[in-house]
Amino acid sequence: MTMSFATKIMRAPSLSLRFVAVWRRNLLVWRKLAIASVLGNIADPLLYMLALGYGLGSFIGNVGGMPYIAFIGTGMVCQSAMFTASFEGMYSAFSRMHVQRTWEGIINAPIALDDVMLAEWIWTGSKAVLSTTAILGVIMVLGFGHTWLALWVLPLGFLVGLCFGAFGLVMNSLAPSYDFFTYFFTLVLTPMLLLSGVYFPVEQMPGWLALVANALPLKHAIDLARPLMTAEVPHNVLLHFAVLVAYAAVAYYAALVLTRRRLLK
Amino acid sequence: MNANDPAPCTLQRPQDDGARTSGRAGAHNDSARTPLERAQAGDVVLSVKGLVKRYGKTEVLRGLSFDIRRGECFGLLGPNGAGKTTTLRCCLGLVEPDGGEIMMVGEPVPKAAREARIRVGVVSQLDNLDPDFTVTENLRIYGNYFGIDRKTLDQRIPRLLEFAGLTAKATVSLRTLSGGMKRRLTLARAQINDPELLILDEPTTGLDPQARHLIWDGLRQLMKQGKTILLTTHFMDEAERLATRLAVIDHGALIASDTPRALIAAHVEPEVVEVYGDEAKAWADAYGRRIAERLELSGETAFCYARDPRPLLDDLATRQGLRYLHRPANLEDLFIKLTGRELRE
Repeated sequence: MTMSFATKIMRAPSLSLRFVAVWRRNLLVWRKLAIASVLGNIADPLLYMLALGYGLGSFIGNVGGMPYIAFIGTGMVCQSAMFTASFEGMYSAFSRMHVQRTWEGIINAPIALDDVMLAEWIWTGSKAVLSTTAILGVIMVLGFGHTWLALWVLPLGFLVGLCFGAFGLVMNSLAPSYDFFTYFFTLVLTPMLLLSGVYFPVEQMPGWLALVANALPLKHAIDLARPLMTAEVPHNVLLHFAVLVAYAAVAYYAALVLTRRRLLK
Repeated sequence: MNANDPAPCTLQRPQDDGARTSGRAGAHNDSARTPLERAQAGDVVLSVKGLVKRYGKTEVLRGLSFDIRRGECFGLLGPNGAGKTTTLRCCLGLVEPDGGEIMMVGEPVPKAAREARIRVGVVSQLDNLDPDFTVTENLRIYGNYFGIDRKTLDQRIPRLLEFAGLTAKATVSLRTLSGGMKRRLTLARAQINDPELLILDEPTTGLDPQARHLIWDGLRQLMKQGKTILLTTHFMDEAERLATRLAVIDHGALIASDTPRALIAAHVEPEVVEVYGDEAKAWADAYGRRIAERLELSGETAFCYARDPRPLLDDLATRQGLRYLHRPANLEDLFIKLTGRELRE
C-alpha cells in the first residue's frame, strides 16, 4: 500500500501464460486479413529487390562476394522484419490500446496489463516471422538462399521483431496520436536502414560512421543473416545475438514501465 | 525479464478448467468454503472500507466506504469528478489505492484482483468491443480471456445472444451495429463468465430512450436472476428505477446511502412545484420564498419544495404568464440538494 507509484511501475515483469489468449486474438484478426497482409509484406521489398537488384545490380556486379540482388535480398529480409514489427508495435498497438480500447476490455477480464504487453510484444516478433518467411520465399523463388542454414533467418526475424517491436511499444506508450510515430520513422528507422548495410556494405563508409553503424541492432541482424543466406556460419554469433537480445530486453522493460505509467493510474 | 525471481512473478497456467471460471464450482463454491471463509465473505459481495486515492496532492478518494450485498443493484451516484470511476478501477485492481481495504467476491483486492475478476463482469463507460470480430466472435474471444473451455462457451453464447436480442446478428460484423446493439452486446459479454457481480460504469450514456429502456429491461432480468450489480450513472431516473440501494458520493467521500425512497424522504420535502418563465425569478423573490419551505432558482426556473403544496398552487393559479408543474420529489432533487447546483467540469 505504501509503495510509491514509481516503485510499482518499475517492478519486474510478471509472467503468465495468460498472454496466449491475447496473442491468439491478434492472430485471429491477422488471419482475417492474411492475404492482404502478406501481399503488403512482400510487395514493397520485392519491388526494391527487383528494381535495385537487377537495375542497380547490372552496374555494380558482385557486392560482398555475391550478386547484388542476393546482397540486397538478405538486407530486405531484416528490413522487412524491422518494419513489420515497428509498425505493429506502434500503429496496431495504438489502435488496440487507445482507439479501440481493446486493452481496456481485456484487463477487465482476469488478464493483467503485463500479460497484454507480453502478448503484444511476442506478437510483434510473430508478425516479423510471417513477413520474414514471405520474403525468404521470394528470394528462394528468385534462385538464392537455397541452403538449410537460410532457415535460421526465421528465428532471427523473430528476434529482430522483438527488438523493434519493443521500440515500437515504447513509442506507443508515449504517443498522444498516430502522428507521433513519424518521429520514429525519421529519427530511428530511416537512419537504421541507410547505415546498417541493407543496400551497401558498412565497410564502404568512413570509419566513424561504421562505428555508429556497429551500435545499431539492424547491423547485427544483417551480419548474421547475410552469411546464413549464402550457406556460411556467421562470425561472432554470440556477440550479434547478445546485442539484439540486450536491445530487445531493455526496450521491452522500458515499454512495460511506461505503459503501466500510462494505463494504471 | 526476470523469470527466476520468485517474488513478483506469477508464472502459471491459464485457467483452462471451466469449472473454476464458471464461478459456481471449485474453490469458490459456497459449500466448498470453510466456515471461516464463508463468514469472511458473508453475503457481502463487494466491501469497500476507508478507500483513499491520491494523485499528487489531490485526494480523489477520501476514506470512501460501502458494502454491496448479494442480489442488490447498488447505484453509485456522484457528479463528474466525484471519484466514481476511480472507485471502480480500484475495485478491479487496475489502480492501487493509497489506503483502505477492498474485498470483492471474497477476494482481497488488489492482492488477488485476478482471482476476483474471474468472477466479475464489467461494462466500461466507453465502447471497447473488438471491431475486428463478429458479434459471436466478440463473445467467444472474450470468453478465451477467462480461460473458459469451448464447450461451456458453445452453451453460453446462444443464451447471451438471446439476452442481447442479437441472435439474428450473430455472424454480423460489429461495424454494422447501432450504439444500442453494441451496448447490449457489451452487457452480454460481461456475463460470459457467469459472474457473481456485474460492474456497470454509466451503461446507458449516449443511448436514445428506446435503447436505454432495452438496457434497463436487461438489467431487471439480471436482477431477477439474483445477480449483484454495481451501477454508476448520471441519470437519476435510471438510478431510481433500478437501484435497490444507492450511495451518493462527492469529492471522494460518501454523503448519503440508503434506498432511493428513504433517501428522498430523509433529505427532501415530498412535494415540488417547478415554476418557469421570465417572471419566475420576480415571483420567487416577491412571493415564492415566503410560501415555499425551500426555494431554489436555477436559470429561469424556480424549484419550490414543500410538504404541503396547496398554498403554492393556490398562489400560482392567480398569476398570469407563469407556467408551473407540480410533482413528487425525486432522486434528482435529492442529488442536487446533496451535491449543489454548480457545474462540475
